[in-house]
Amino acid sequence: MAQRELLIERQRSMKRFIMQWEWLLLLIFMMIHVVNSFLSPYYLNFNTFIRTPMTFLDKSFLVLPMTFVIILGNIDISVGSTVALSSVIMATAYNAGVAMPLAMLLCLVVATTCGLINGVLMVKFKELSAVIVTLSTMTIYRGVAYVILEDRAAGNFPNWFSFLGWGSIAGIPFMLIMFVICAVLFGILLHKTTFGRKIFGIGNNKNACIYSGIETNRVLLWVSILTGLMAGFTALFLTSRMGSTRPNVAQGYELEVIAMVVLGGVSTAGGKGKIIGPVLAIFIIGFLSYGLGLVNISAQVLLIIIGMLLIISTMILNIRFKRMKKPRVLQS
Amino acid sequence: MVSDRKNLRFKTENFRELGLLLFIILLSVLIQFRNPTFLTFSNIETLLINASILSILAVGMMMVLIVRGIDLSIGSTIAFSGMISAMTVASYPHIHPLISILQGTLVGSGVGFLIGLLVAKFKVLPIIATLGMMNVVRGFTFLVSKGRWISAYQMSIPFKEIATGRILGMNTLVVIAVVIYSAFYYFINHTRTGRQIYAVGSNPDAAEVSGIPKIRIIWMVYILMGALAGLAGVLWVSRFASAQGDTAVGYEMNVIAACVLGGISISGGSGKVSGLILGAVLFGILNNALPLINVSPFWQQGIQGVVILSAVLINVMVKRTNERQALRRRII
Amino acid sequence: MSEYILELRGISKTFPGVKALDDVNFNLKPGEIHSIMGENGAGKSTLIKIMTGVYIADEGQMFFNGESVVIKNTNDSQRLGIAAIYQYVTSYPDLSVTENIFIRHEKVHPITKKIRWKAMHQAASELLRQLGASFDPRTRMGTLSVAQQQIVEIAKALSVNARIIIMDEPTAALSNRESEELYRVTEKLRNDGVAIIFISHRMEDFYRLADRVTVLRDAKYIGTWNKSDIDHDKLVMAMVGREITQMFPKRSVRIGKEILRVENLGREGYFKDISFNLHKGEILALTGLVGAGRTELCESLYGIAPFDEGAIWFDGKQVKFRHPREALDNGLGYLPEDRLGHGLVLDWELFRNVSLPALKEFSFRGFLSLMKEIRKTKEFGERLEVKATSVFDKAATLSGGNQQKIIVAKLLTADLKVIILDEPTKGVDVGAKTAIFDIMGDLAEMGYGIIMISSEMVEVLGLSDRIVVMKEGRVTAVLNTAHTSQEQILRSALGSANGEVNHGK
Repeated sequence: MAQRELLIERQRSMKRFIMQWEWLLLLIFMMIHVVNSFLSPYYLNFNTFIRTPMTFLDKSFLVLPMTFVIILGNIDISVGSTVALSSVIMATAYNAGVAMPLAMLLCLVVATTCGLINGVLMVKFKELSAVIVTLSTMTIYRGVAYVILEDRAAGNFPNWFSFLGWGSIAGIPFMLIMFVICAVLFGILLHKTTFGRKIFGIGNNKNACIYSGIETNRVLLWVSILTGLMAGFTALFLTSRMGSTRPNVAQGYELEVIAMVVLGGVSTAGGKGKIIGPVLAIFIIGFLSYGLGLVNISAQVLLIIIGMLLIISTMILNIRFKRMKKPRVLQS
Repeated sequence: MVSDRKNLRFKTENFRELGLLLFIILLSVLIQFRNPTFLTFSNIETLLINASILSILAVGMMMVLIVRGIDLSIGSTIAFSGMISAMTVASYPHIHPLISILQGTLVGSGVGFLIGLLVAKFKVLPIIATLGMMNVVRGFTFLVSKGRWISAYQMSIPFKEIATGRILGMNTLVVIAVVIYSAFYYFINHTRTGRQIYAVGSNPDAAEVSGIPKIRIIWMVYILMGALAGLAGVLWVSRFASAQGDTAVGYEMNVIAACVLGGISISGGSGKVSGLILGAVLFGILNNALPLINVSPFWQQGIQGVVILSAVLINVMVKRTNERQALRRRII
Repeated sequence: MSEYILELRGISKTFPGVKALDDVNFNLKPGEIHSIMGENGAGKSTLIKIMTGVYIADEGQMFFNGESVVIKNTNDSQRLGIAAIYQYVTSYPDLSVTENIFIRHEKVHPITKKIRWKAMHQAASELLRQLGASFDPRTRMGTLSVAQQQIVEIAKALSVNARIIIMDEPTAALSNRESEELYRVTEKLRNDGVAIIFISHRMEDFYRLADRVTVLRDAKYIGTWNKSDIDHDKLVMAMVGREITQMFPKRSVRIGKEILRVENLGREGYFKDISFNLHKGEILALTGLVGAGRTELCESLYGIAPFDEGAIWFDGKQVKFRHPREALDNGLGYLPEDRLGHGLVLDWELFRNVSLPALKEFSFRGFLSLMKEIRKTKEFGERLEVKATSVFDKAATLSGGNQQKIIVAKLLTADLKVIILDEPTKGVDVGAKTAIFDIMGDLAEMGYGIIMISSEMVEVLGLSDRIVVMKEGRVTAVLNTAHTSQEQILRSALGSANGEVNHGK
């Protein structure tokens, strides 16, 4: 019998290589730098380039797990509240006499627990959408933060704590180093491991994954836990940078984080995306706001721009994915 | 056999509203024991006044939820339309209050129109579209006001009387809420377009096949939501006699909570005006009574969150029990 | 004026890669029940979708009452008075029965446009009464049974004065008693002068109801007969086109030891008292009507759904799989009926699909090995003769039969002992069918125990060693294929469910 051979070489397509969303992001990133350097003659030097990220990197730790969440086809709008709650508990614990390292550990534990609670609710109550689950826990977590600290601020952290948000190692900000490490780890996790493969699979076709023996609940739980943990890191860095905390910190972080992920080319329909896109998007939005600051444009304009970016990139991605999906009539 | 089934259906269909009513009565009695001023005429009126803006918005949100959407931007729309009408009144004090109301409603409809365009036409996920618009509209509110407040002394007396005046011995806000409830009750239950909202939410694919103008219905629902939010913005500013950039931040949560309490399904297709009224009243009681029984205001958000989550979870569990009973009835 | 209310001549329709209809003729008289029969994929559904305007024919003409018409969309067909009732009801579960009947043509007050609920409820009651149904039109649609929902759909067709009603496998999900109710309603409609097109797999439906039958096979028109002019064997021949034995070269495989035993298995609301066993190298057919609980049973075996009572013995151990993962790890695999929804990730390349059930095998300490995935996919793909250019092809680009082979390849990557195949040939063309039968034969020879769910009598008889027949959630017969007949299977599938299980040997 004539055996039909299956090729094992990938057909390289120049067009597909060029038509990647990430190139566009890179281009925008470059353009922002060009514009910024026109705005300020002092802009173009290594120091600005390496120090500016410290102003916006705290929330970028959330972008990484949020990328997982959105590839899974879910959404998590409770992350801002999780940051607030864990930060408030850490500060309160420290002020009540707990040693700072322990308080920091507590911060991570609280945040991870918040994530775990989200995950358990979604697994146990499959009928509920991620939107409604995280909407309610968002209110609860923030509510608990208010119960603990009311409208006071808490701080007076030891001096060394400010190193997290302000310190540098060999001239490179500690936060940037940590972020790069996290981004690489998340990238490997998503693109090189079975765990990442499962995330993509569930985002594409959850049922097919269940029938193929993928424990979808376990994956969902782990992603929720990771999201919580990273919210804890965000809380640490944010609190360190601010020096004190209040129940209303990190308000609206969920929007910025989701906007960065979507701008990074991750489809809100789930199943598609790369880690590099959202990482580029972090720096685009970060340097953009820095540039706006240079010309004294208010924070409100940034609100508008982020909102618009979120909407417009979703629309473009929608159209792009629709074009890629060829119309296919299925026989019934 | 037939009557038996009818009985069962009666139980499950009306369980929610009956249960909610009982819960409200029980709660009122309990609060009355703790604080005898609760069930006085003046307090009940305050309660209703406070609940009226919420319930006006809840009517719009109900329709949005029925067509499987969600609108997180209404807090911003309230601020925006309130700010614009307040600024107009501040510059032209002789304007008739009805014009202000109309102006606010139109501004809100405009926002709703944009959201509807994104959701219905460009198929952007409602949560993404409204999260984005929430920021954009909030940003514009700050921009047009240049960060300033419009305070009581800048507003004309007729404008402030929108919220404090009386018609037929009832507070105007309550009257407006009653009128809106009646109008939408008629619209939703007794017009073809109204029923098509349910059809689209209940089975979007079937709606499309049977020729219901799905896109137009969804679009209309968001416009109506925007219009109601715009109206609410004017009422809000008039009631609190102040318009600020951060008016009604996070108010969308309260509205969604009232809907969820009123038994409107987040997954679309079902929900009744009668349930909605009970949900809004219950929410009003929670807000009104907690200070009366000496619960710290900082507990409010947390309690609200817990109430939303419990309502959603109870819904799921009732549904599961119903399904299990249906299976048990099946003869094999 | 023509004798026919509707006539189709020379209809052809091609989808990318598939000829769905090839020069098909069809005609319909007023006041008759006309059955369209044929195997899965013969083109029945496409034909009715052309009549209702869901698809537009590439070639051919349509005549309505002798006049040439073009049906471009569903509105056109509605205007002509053509209404369709589908197997899976397309209704609004949250709306009342009345609204479902009158959707899009509600009765409204001429001036105020207020919906006239009273008049509508009354008219709905009247329609339901005509159809002999006793439920309240104010009931929420979602609380009705499938049969009741179908009656609502018929009422909906009557409410627009439909002259042609197309019923697409309406009895598939119904019990006998419910079917009888539907027959009665259908006959009543015919006597009122409505023309009815009745599509069904069930011979029973044809003999009980139809006046004439049109047979399609492999997208081609075979012929139209009066009921009195065609006997059972001729009809089967027309549908299948060949002797059953030609297509299924049954191999003689040595049956090994018992590998799976199911004892009194039950799940509330789905099935009860299920007992059977399976040996190595044996092909066990699980048959019965759609909705008899076969898929639900196998999903409970596989750990997708739980079961409440009874026991499963797998390879000598008592097991209760809580998740497909446990089933796969123990050696039980399942090929789902819904190929696109449950079987494949369509946007993914073949190799990613193939490796999905056994990611552990394709990785080292959690890190995936692309080389392993590609090599294994190439190996299995070539062994199963998958028609594709490379292992990087997207699953969506393959034809139905080749997609099915990829799903089989998925199962082969796991180390299995028993494979359940749920309707493996559904929507697959004839060539691919033969290939799938070959694969099943190979697997049996290799010592796998195979459970095949199938509604197609010819497959069941041609391939299996033993047959388990289910009806309404219970096993009605366990038959030895060598000593049974189509009639005996049908009798068990349709007959009384309360009788003793017939362990015919």
